[in-house]
Amino acid sequence: MMRRLAIFLLIVAVSGPLHAQSRMPESEWANRQLPDATQEAEAKELMESLRCLVCQGQSIADSDAEMAMDMRALVRRRIAAGEEPDDIRNWLVDRYGRWITYDPPIDSVTWPLWLLPILLLGAGIWLARGRFRRRGKEN
Amino acid sequence: MSTEPAIDKQTAAMKRFILWVPLAIAAIFFGFFAYALYFGNSSPQQRAIESQLVGEPMPEFSLEPSLPGRPGLNSADLATGEPRLLNFFASWCVPCIAEAPQLMQLREAGVPIDAIAVRDRPEDVYAFLQRWGDPYQRIGADVQSEAQLALGSSGVPETFIVDGDGVIVHQHIGDIRPEHVPEILAALENAQ
Repeated sequence: MMRRLAIFLLIVAVSGPLHAQSRMPESEWANRQLPDATQEAEAKELMESLRCLVCQGQSIADSDAEMAMDMRALVRRRIAAGEEPDDIRNWLVDRYGRWITYDPPIDSVTWPLWLLPILLLGAGIWLARGRFRRRGKEN
Repeated sequence: MSTEPAIDKQTAAMKRFILWVPLAIAAIFFGFFAYALYFGNSSPQQRAIESQLVGEPMPEFSLEPSLPGRPGLNSADLATGEPRLLNFFASWCVPCIAEAPQLMQLREAGVPIDAIAVRDRPEDVYAFLQRWGDPYQRIGADVQSEAQLALGSSGVPETFIVDGDGVIVHQHIGDIRPEHVPEILAALENAQ
C-alpha cells in the first residue's frame, strides 16, 4: 500500500502540466513579476485583456499554455523597456487582428458594441418614465 | 393624457408595438447564437487565427542558429529574389512529423525552405531531422516564440510563402498534407 502510494506520488511529481509541450524552460518573465510595482500593474492589466491563442477563451494572464507564457514574457519585457500598453496591444492587433484583444477599439465594425447599450438604456428609461407618469396620473 | 380620442388610439397602437420590441430583440439575439452555433465556419472552441501580415513585408527578426554548422535566420535572409517557404516547426510537435514528407517533396521539387524551430533544443531538432528528413537551408532558434509572435503565427506547424522581395504572400496553417502540395506550388508560382 505504502509503496503504491509512493509510486503514485512520484508519478504525480514528475509529470508536468498538460500544456508544457516543449522541453524548454519557461521564458524569464513568464511567471515572474516586474520589480517595479507600477509597471507590473500595467503589465497585468494588459495581460488580462489579451486573448490566449492556444486556449482560446482565456486571457494570457490565466493560461498556462507555453505560447501564453511567452506572450506574458513579451508584455513584461516591453513594459519594462518603457513601451506603452496600448502600443503593445496595437502591435499584437496588427499581427493577429482584433481577435487578440478583449478590449476592442471603437471602429466601423465595433461601434454598435459601445453605442447599443447606451441606446437600450435610453429606451428603457423612456419606457419606464412613461409608466411612472401614467401611474402618477392614476393615483 | 389627451382630450382627443384619435391620439389615444395612436398611443395605444404604439404601446402594442412596443410590447413586441423585447421579443424582437431576443429573437435577433438567439438567431445570432444559433447562426454561430450551426453555421459558423469553425467551432467556437478553436479557430485558426490568420496572420494579418499576409501581403506585408516580413517583420524584422534575427534568430541564432538552431543547429551548429547551420546558419540562423534573419528577416533579410528571406528576400533573396526568388520565392521561398518559411516553415515553423518543433521537434515536440506531432503534426510536424505528418508534414515532413511533403516538405521533403517540395525540397526535391527545388523549393528553397527555411525554418524557425519554436522552443526547441539543438539535440532534439537534430534528432527530429535525422529521423523525419531535413529539407531546410537555414534554421533559426525561436527560444521564446518571439519571431512567431512577430509574424502573427499562432502555432506549429505553420508555413509562410515569401516572395523575392521578402513580402509574405501566403500563410498555411497546420500541417501540409499531400493534397495541399499543389496549392503551395501554385502560390509559389504566383509569387514569381
